[in-house]
Amino acid sequence: MDFNIPENLKMMANTIRKFVERDLEPISQQVEEDDRIPEEIVQKMKELGLFGISIPEEYGGLGLGVLGECIAYEELSKTNLCFRTRVATNNGIGSQGIVIDGTEEQKRKYLPKIASGEWTACFALTEPDAGSDAAAIRTRAELKGDHWVINGRKHFITNGDIADVATVFAVTDPEKRARGGITAFIVERTFPGYHVGKIEKKMGLRGSHTAELVFEDCIVPRENVIGGDAMIGQGFKTAMKVLDKGRLTMGASAVGAAQKLLELSARYAKQRVQFGRPIAEFQAIRFMLADMATQIYAARNMVYHAAWLRDTTGAPVTKEAAMVKLFCTEMVNRVADMAVQIHGGMGYMKECPVERFYRDVRLMRIYEGTSEIQKLVISREVLKAFE
Amino acid sequence: MNIVVLLKQTPDTESVIRIAGDGRSIETQDIKWIINPYDEFAVEAALRLKEQHGGTVTIVSWGPQRVVESIRTALAMGADKGMLIDDEALEESDSLGIAKVLAAAVQELNPDIVLCGHRAVDYDHNQRGPMVAELLGWPHLPLAVSLECDGTTVKIERPVEGGKMVVESSLPAVVTMGGSHAVWNPRYASLPGIMKARKKPLDVKKLADLGLNPEECGSGAAKIRLVSLEMPPERKPGRIINGDLDTEGKAKELVRALREEAKVI
Repeated sequence: MDFNIPENLKMMANTIRKFVERDLEPISQQVEEDDRIPEEIVQKMKELGLFGISIPEEYGGLGLGVLGECIAYEELSKTNLCFRTRVATNNGIGSQGIVIDGTEEQKRKYLPKIASGEWTACFALTEPDAGSDAAAIRTRAELKGDHWVINGRKHFITNGDIADVATVFAVTDPEKRARGGITAFIVERTFPGYHVGKIEKKMGLRGSHTAELVFEDCIVPRENVIGGDAMIGQGFKTAMKVLDKGRLTMGASAVGAAQKLLELSARYAKQRVQFGRPIAEFQAIRFMLADMATQIYAARNMVYHAAWLRDTTGAPVTKEAAMVKLFCTEMVNRVADMAVQIHGGMGYMKECPVERFYRDVRLMRIYEGTSEIQKLVISREVLKAFE
Repeated sequence: MNIVVLLKQTPDTESVIRIAGDGRSIETQDIKWIINPYDEFAVEAALRLKEQHGGTVTIVSWGPQRVVESIRTALAMGADKGMLIDDEALEESDSLGIAKVLAAAVQELNPDIVLCGHRAVDYDHNQRGPMVAELLGWPHLPLAVSLECDGTTVKIERPVEGGKMVVESSLPAVVTMGGSHAVWNPRYASLPGIMKARKKPLDVKKLADLGLNPEECGSGAAKIRLVSLEMPPERKPGRIINGDLDTEGKAKELVRALREEAKVI
């Protein structure tokens, strides 16, 4: 077994670590207060190449495998998580529909702009009555001559407020629905009938926005069906493939955030004095640190192994990806809880970064597939082996 | 313009340093290695010269295989090629021995200008740049905080006790970099740069490849020897002036402590 991380990925991790320490961490609290990332920081993210990590080299990205993407997210998640979220839709759910199932023309037209960060991409599947039950979407698309007309409402769309292009899922055959009746479209912000609706007020992840997208007789050219006419009705499969891939990178983000929480907690425990001693000398605190470190170790190795498996075999690793998302995101929530506990009253205060992490990581157990959905996926795969 | 940067790999300034059992070296297994920060300024300055005048930037370093990562990082920042002199004979060399090796490498590359940090953050000898210049018979311009070059002459600014000195020389020359991160603001190795760096040439050489003999630059030739290392004494914890006193009392006690105990006023 070779557990060595390739040299170029290590260098990339170093670059991102430096960027986090020098440029992101110093403003992370400010971003939290302002609820927005300064434009010059987005510019630096573009220059570093952060928007195109997962996009193939021939379309202007870095073409890193899933392991590379995971290592990048692990580092990028050691600060305010909104920075990761800013680039994540371009590398992940916003672009992968086109990467996985798009036609050559679609890839050439859209991916370079997404990879450079010139355009922000988002993924519009969820609707008010279709969350975990994604097949229940009601947004309709009807073919009228040489274009499709989309009507409907998407909500909880990450980066929906700033996106220039969205992967939109709509029902094209109400009889068939998930079995051949849902189609994926590439919809540009400037297409007639595309509107950004309400921007949600959230528990955390300030600096990143979650918006409603409204389509009112939105005109989409016929060639913007992902994968072309042959893929009409195949959109639900595309959505599942995109989400499968994203589960691993979400796990990596959870590991990065948890590592940061462990570092903050260990530092604080060594410096905080109670009963005449640093609290790091008390067993109750030490055992929490040990639990955090052990869980992070297990989680990280899961992420790396599943990413390596996917990169070397090319298989979707559905079961492993769901396990990674489930375990890592639950893990980071336990770690965040312990971090707040170690910090005591200070951990509850807005000036303390663990307070922010505690709220921000809560979403990881919900978006891109809840923990419960992951368990359904895992159990289905487990039982398949005994059919 | 043909530009050479002499680059040393040093422990990260945030690494925890522990003295090894022999009492004269440090434990290296847990250390994170980085480009000596002053050499990183040299890489930045070299890349700016290249952007102005065109040409190539060659990174020259020495040490074991782990140094490759630092050279590749400089290549990812935008340098064109690298040379690593990896020879066991250099393990216990002194500054002069290393300078002889670097001077031989520079002669082979025949550059217009050589840039490096004025010191390395590990041993702080401040010797590499001046020694290489001396061995080559080239001028040495130290502690640069700015660098201008028209292709035939080089002009730098350097600080002197808060003031400024401007010095100039003809090329070829060695310039050693001073200043700080804020002065040079070295660019990141961008992710696309990292991918490109994999394909850039990196020569690994032995002393013999440079026509050098271990007897003139290896440990046997060392004129100085590191005898022992000692950790700095542990810093005493801060002290809080007795909180029961009123403001005037606290000020009085603070002045007394500063004068009589710390002896700083």
